[in-house]
Amino acid sequence: MDVYLLTLVLFSIGIYCIVRKRNVIKTIIGVIILEYAVNLFFILSAYRTEGRAPIFMQEEEIVNMVDPLPHALVLTAIVIGLATTALLVGIAMRLYEKYGTFDITKIKELKG
Amino acid sequence: MIELYVLLVLMIIGALVAVELKDLLSSVIAVGAVGLALSIVFLILKAPDVAITQLVVEILALIILIRATLKKDLPLATTGRWFVNTLITACFIVLFLAVGMKCFKDLPAFGEPLMRVSGTYIKEGLQRTGAVNLVSSVILDFRAYDTLGEATILFTAVIGVLSIVRRIGRKKVGEEIKEEE
Repeated sequence: MDVYLLTLVLFSIGIYCIVRKRNVIKTIIGVIILEYAVNLFFILSAYRTEGRAPIFMQEEEIVNMVDPLPHALVLTAIVIGLATTALLVGIAMRLYEKYGTFDITKIKELKG
Repeated sequence: MIELYVLLVLMIIGALVAVELKDLLSSVIAVGAVGLALSIVFLILKAPDVAITQLVVEILALIILIRATLKKDLPLATTGRWFVNTLITACFIVLFLAVGMKCFKDLPAFGEPLMRVSGTYIKEGLQRTGAVNLVSSVILDFRAYDTLGEATILFTAVIGVLSIVRRIGRKKVGEEIKEEE
């Protein structure tokens, strides 16, 4: 139960960063931290006490494997996270070129 | 499992440092430290495939973020109603944590996962797909449409990045194209 709580603390740090910081790069960092927390939660929910990695061996019979399904889901989620991060950074760099700042209170004109 | 707790606390400290530092490059490096700790946590939790992917993706994301922040250090503005806003945010987060603690009671306990779906995968995975690694058999066989959707999202995002970052658009008459740097 404690590990879930620590993961939730990490999640709320990400939310705080997104809500409270004015720098665009800080907002992106908050999104990345949120991603970490969600992935970590899934992998934690897959863990089994004294478990083994879900890979079959040649000789020995493995009975207590961890859950392979969340691993597969998180594997796809990590790669998608990289793609969305690259998109966010691209938009941030364009904003910096146009306005000369990362401060969102100074980025006001929506004209293209 | 003491090392798991140590690494989780390290990740929380790293995240706090990344959020609160004034220097953008330093906070990006702090996020990198959090991601590498996360990859070790995945290794401890017996997920080697996820740990390798996290390591590679973390390094790539770090390179992209450093490219964005290099030579662009700006002081953070803290004017405005700083105290009131922080107080409201803190209240919201405390409420969120309280609700989360209440909800976590309904989850299965740590160390005893629900294996209703993946019990079948573990039992029949080797016969039905021939893959020794069960994670790859789930990704590429049982849930292949999921991976197809992932590839769609990935390429859509790549097209988005290209169209945003690309400098050369349609030329006006008599306009010269200038490359950056």
